[in-house]
Amino acid sequence: MPTAPPGSPSLLAFPQPRTCPHQPPPGYDALRGQGPLAKVALYDGRDVWLVTGYAEARALLSDPRLSSDRTRPGFPVLAPRFRASVARKLPLIAQDPPVHDVHRRLLNPEFSLKHVRAMRPQVQEIVDRFIDRMLEKGPPSDLVADFAVPVTSLVVSRLLGVPVEDQSFFQDATSRLMRATEAGPSQQAGGELAAYLDRLVTRLRTEPGDGVLGRLASQEVEEGRLPHDELVQIALVLLVAGHETTASMIALGTIALLEHPERLAELRADPDVLPGVVEELLRLLAVTDLAGSRVAVEDIAIAGHTIRAGDGVLVSGTLANRDPDVHADPDVFDPKRAGRSHLTFGYGIHQCLGQNLARLELELAFRSLFTRIPTLRLTVPAAELPVRGTDTGTIQSADHLPVTW
Amino acid sequence: MPRVTADRERCLGAGQCAYSAPDVFDQDDDGLVTVLDPAPPRHRLASLRQAADLCPSGAVRLEEAAETP
Ligand code: HEM
Ligand code: SF4
Repeated sequence: MPTAPPGSPSLLAFPQPRTCPHQPPPGYDALRGQGPLAKVALYDGRDVWLVTGYAEARALLSDPRLSSDRTRPGFPVLAPRFRASVARKLPLIAQDPPVHDVHRRLLNPEFSLKHVRAMRPQVQEIVDRFIDRMLEKGPPSDLVADFAVPVTSLVVSRLLGVPVEDQSFFQDATSRLMRATEAGPSQQAGGELAAYLDRLVTRLRTEPGDGVLGRLASQEVEEGRLPHDELVQIALVLLVAGHETTASMIALGTIALLEHPERLAELRADPDVLPGVVEELLRLLAVTDLAGSRVAVEDIAIAGHTIRAGDGVLVSGTLANRDPDVHADPDVFDPKRAGRSHLTFGYGIHQCLGQNLARLELELAFRSLFTRIPTLRLTVPAAELPVRGTDTGTIQSADHLPVTW
Repeated sequence: MPRVTADRERCLGAGQCAYSAPDVFDQDDDGLVTVLDPAPPRHRLASLRQAADLCPSGAVRLEEAAETP
């Protein structure tokens, strides 16, 4: 197990390296059964809280004494590459009320259950389009590059209202952005996308357009209620928050399903079990690993500990989702568990805005993949797939997933 | 009979309520919660508890044993 940096010899280092892309880091075993909160050490030698109990995680994520503002001193930084982003006031995800709530209310209409359900035919068409291409070109195929990434990129581009003629640029730049293991090219793609979204918002202020950007640019920005730059930032946040997470879930969920052929057989026999399967995959895979990163602005007493003002707080979705007080045999993949008792989408006011859309994408992706390509299988054992290093943060993903059928 | 209320000031539109108990909660065009049935039948309790438990903002309130008027 990797040791912590100097200064805190006995603490577990965070993030912990993975050995398999779809299993928790083995180092987490040391935290299990150790109570709902632990201290871990970051690369810069700081100690922060890691919350591992489900009840405590929910209590803290809905506690206004914790801030999401990354510009506050003490906000936890997970790796050197995130130093630069600390200075940025990202909308929604990194903002506290009241500004957070203003933005969130602007966006809610497109993300309601009803609105997302109405997107079903569009998302199905996108899923089918890329399965058609896989079947034309393959076997073999790379399920990440040929399916997970383009499907989720196109869904986000539709949601934002990227015009059809720009979609190939958008697809290309978003897939470069996703390659977190290549910091330079990934940042360059981020710059191109920011410049593009800036131009698009300018255009949509006066020209008719679709999607979230079409509506907000022509109404809120043009009428002076929302600054232009804020809408550009919101678009980037939607893109970054919605694309890689969902693409990772498709890739890692496919691996997990292929390792449970009996569950896969049930799913093919009865599509009604699919929502339960998706919920259980979300619980076990927790692709962001963290359900939230915060800094305390006041002292908080919880579970016999005191979180001091200025302390960093990380909420472990991975471990809270496996809290034995909530789920019996928490490591077992059991789609029959009732409810949505997991923190994969976070909790409290920052709970994932895109969760209804993500669930829809996952349902349609898994259903269509496994019914249209019933003999789909990996060409290498999952355990041999490369894992991402801890220098890229905590989002876990397969950068490539070679499959055949 | 159980009683439900939903605080639209706190609601952030995640739709957990409309998913859990679609005959009791809905989301309006702004994505905010609306209560379709403030006094739902007792046999809906399980789904009402789920809605109240999952609501991330504490907007959904459930009174399980409200007096029948
Ligand atoms: C399986 C896929 C996804 C996962 C696992 C996921 C996970 C999360 C988590 C854990 C948070 C909370 C962060 C925090 O509290 O600090 C969050 C917030 C957010 N997510 Fe997602 N997400 C997914 C898909 C999406 C999609 C598809 C979109 C939009 C297109 C999206 C947009 C957002 C936004 C805008 C926020 C910030 C909300 C706020 O601060 O009010 N996410 N997501
Ligand atoms: S679950 Fe809560 S926050 Fe979400 S729509 Fe319903 S009332 Fe609003």
